[in-house]
Amino acid sequence: MGETSEEPVIRLRGVVNRIGGRSIHDHIDLDVRRGEILAIVGGSGAGKSVLLRSIVGLMRPTEGSVEVFGRDVMHMSDAELRAVQMRWGVLFQEGALFSSQTVAENIQVPLREYTTMSQSLMNEVAAMKLSMVGLPEDTAQKRPSELSGGMRKRAGLARALALEPELVFLDEPTAGLDPISANLFDELVRGLQKSLNLTVFMVTHDLDTLKATADRVAVLVNQRLKVGTIERLRDDDDPWIKEYFSGPRGRGALGA
Amino acid sequence: MGNADDQDEANGRPWFNVEHRGRTLCLTAGGSWIVRHAAMLDAQLRAIDTEHAADVEIDGSNIDRLDSTGGWLLIRTKMAFEAAGTRVRAFAVPDLYAPLLASIEHEHVTPPVKIQEHDTLAAFLERVGWATHNVLIQAVGIVGYLGHVTLEGLEALISPRGNLRVTAIVHQIEEVGINALPIVGLLMFLIGIVLAYQGADQLKRFDLEILTINALGVGTLREIGVLFTAIIVAGRSGSAFTAQIGTMKVNEELDAMQTIGLNVVDVLILPRIIALVIALPFLTFYADVMALIGGAVMCYFDLGITIPEFVRQLHTAVTVNTFLVGLIKAPVFAYVIAMVGCYEGMNVERNAASVGKLTTRSVVEAVFLVIVLDAGFSVLFSVLGI
Ligand SMILES: Nc1ncnc2c1ncn2[C@@H]1O[C@H](COP(=O)(O)OP(=O)(O)O)[C@@H](O)[C@H]1O
Ligand SMILES: [Mg+2]
Repeated sequence: MGETSEEPVIRLRGVVNRIGGRSIHDHIDLDVRRGEILAIVGGSGAGKSVLLRSIVGLMRPTEGSVEVFGRDVMHMSDAELRAVQMRWGVLFQEGALFSSQTVAENIQVPLREYTTMSQSLMNEVAAMKLSMVGLPEDTAQKRPSELSGGMRKRAGLARALALEPELVFLDEPTAGLDPISANLFDELVRGLQKSLNLTVFMVTHDLDTLKATADRVAVLVNQRLKVGTIERLRDDDDPWIKEYFSGPRGRGALGA
Repeated sequence: MGNADDQDEANGRPWFNVEHRGRTLCLTAGGSWIVRHAAMLDAQLRAIDTEHAADVEIDGSNIDRLDSTGGWLLIRTKMAFEAAGTRVRAFAVPDLYAPLLASIEHEHVTPPVKIQEHDTLAAFLERVGWATHNVLIQAVGIVGYLGHVTLEGLEALISPRGNLRVTAIVHQIEEVGINALPIVGLLMFLIGIVLAYQGADQLKRFDLEILTINALGVGTLREIGVLFTAIIVAGRSGSAFTAQIGTMKVNEELDAMQTIGLNVVDVLILPRIIALVIALPFLTFYADVMALIGGAVMCYFDLGITIPEFVRQLHTAVTVNTFLVGLIKAPVFAYVIAMVGCYEGMNVERNAASVGKLTTRSVVEAVFLVIVLDAGFSVLFSVLGI
């Protein structure tokens, strides 16, 4: 709302990543618009997680520029980076909850770091976030090791949402979940996106998730991105994309 | 995003007013009700008197930014009125935020959980009690495990299962023995120097400096050599055993082994124990030699005793028995160190913090047991008159 609606939340220009001499990304350009859910798909090991890590500043791309909220994250002072970090939340593939802390304490870590809330308000906020992501309240006292994979992901999402970010990154949020939990997670993301006006950058393999949530899809093949709506990409003539959307799973999920 | 901050300034800080219109209380709110201002709003909202009104109207239609934390503050206030028996006649927010509030209110049916805090005397006593209890359980556990692994080990050695993994044993011997040579050698050389220096310093006063060599020889061969080597190995290899097995446990690798039909004791634990039992006596011998070399160097520079003189004196001071008395302890220490390392590794829970905690515990326990056993050996030898 602050920016004009044309200005993208994430802007990648000519991003190249090489790890150990092997090229992962070859001049990638991407714009993620405010308020949309963009899904990144691609084969295992195609470099989806690496792309996500380059955007959130965990990895420095070999070449190219990465802008988030109109600011260059690659050339930033620590203070500027902290200001940007407050405005995004990241859900890692396995949840990445701090194992020595309870779920409630995990959710409160960013609150403690960035706000002056009283402990009782932080407890209330933790409980509210847990109910927002659909976890029962007794989860608050549990340690991450006592949770199932799906619960860990929800708890990770609750932590990512603690500071009311405008932008969330989700790395394979539904992988390893049963279909019912996965559906609920899709609804959750869609619902949160609507009510909080989130911009969502999501890595996923899951065609159902794609269909249920994504506004646009970016396919990572041959180290490049192809971006479009599902309908547009289905007509693409790249063999991998064809197979992805028109294989048995693709047809099942997308109802072709 | 400079413009968002600017916009924030323009919208001003969040505010609310409480007004009495007859028996009706009117709460009007506006501005940015967002997480950054939540701490301030929280305190002020809690201060509202919810009791003395028949009904209440909450008007949030002037709010221009709202997130879920701000939304929660509104809902909480509303719930506080309801809990106090005050009827909420109206509750208005901009249409844009209605779905958000609805979802918070809908999802949030139960009052928030209390996060318990442990700071009382009773809690302290409880912790002490539990700690004592756990130490006892731990002791029983180690003894039970010792028996279990010893039995499995004997079975593997005797039966023609062919389950003794020679490659794994050789690999572990390299890890715990050969790779430990530099650090053990250096430390024992330095300890030899220190012992010789201290001995010489005291004995010079009685013109008995030649006896430095007796003290050094007997002390090193009987006690110091094996004890220090065992402690270094406990810190180096005992901890590694716990960390390796523990990490495998966290990754469910041990479960995977079991389902494939591999026996964890055969595959992981016996090779480590056997390797350490074989390697530690050799390491001890090497440590003894290095300490004596260190001592000889010190004697030469400090007391002017030449190497041939040193060797001659050493020959009169120690016998093969002196050396064997020290060496006989090595396999026992090795067994205990490896056992504790593996046992604590198996105790790791499925989280990363547990690996670190149990690795520390494994080293402390191993060093403790080694010293206790060494004292036990001393008593035994003195009773036997060795
Ligand atoms: N830290 C790293 N060191 C070396 N190679 C890496 C590293 N991280 C990722 N890679 C390689 O980069 C490629 C892309 O990985 P990743 O982005 O995790 O794939 P995915 O698309 O499945 O998320 C893989 O081939 C992986 O081997
Ligand atoms: Mg990945």
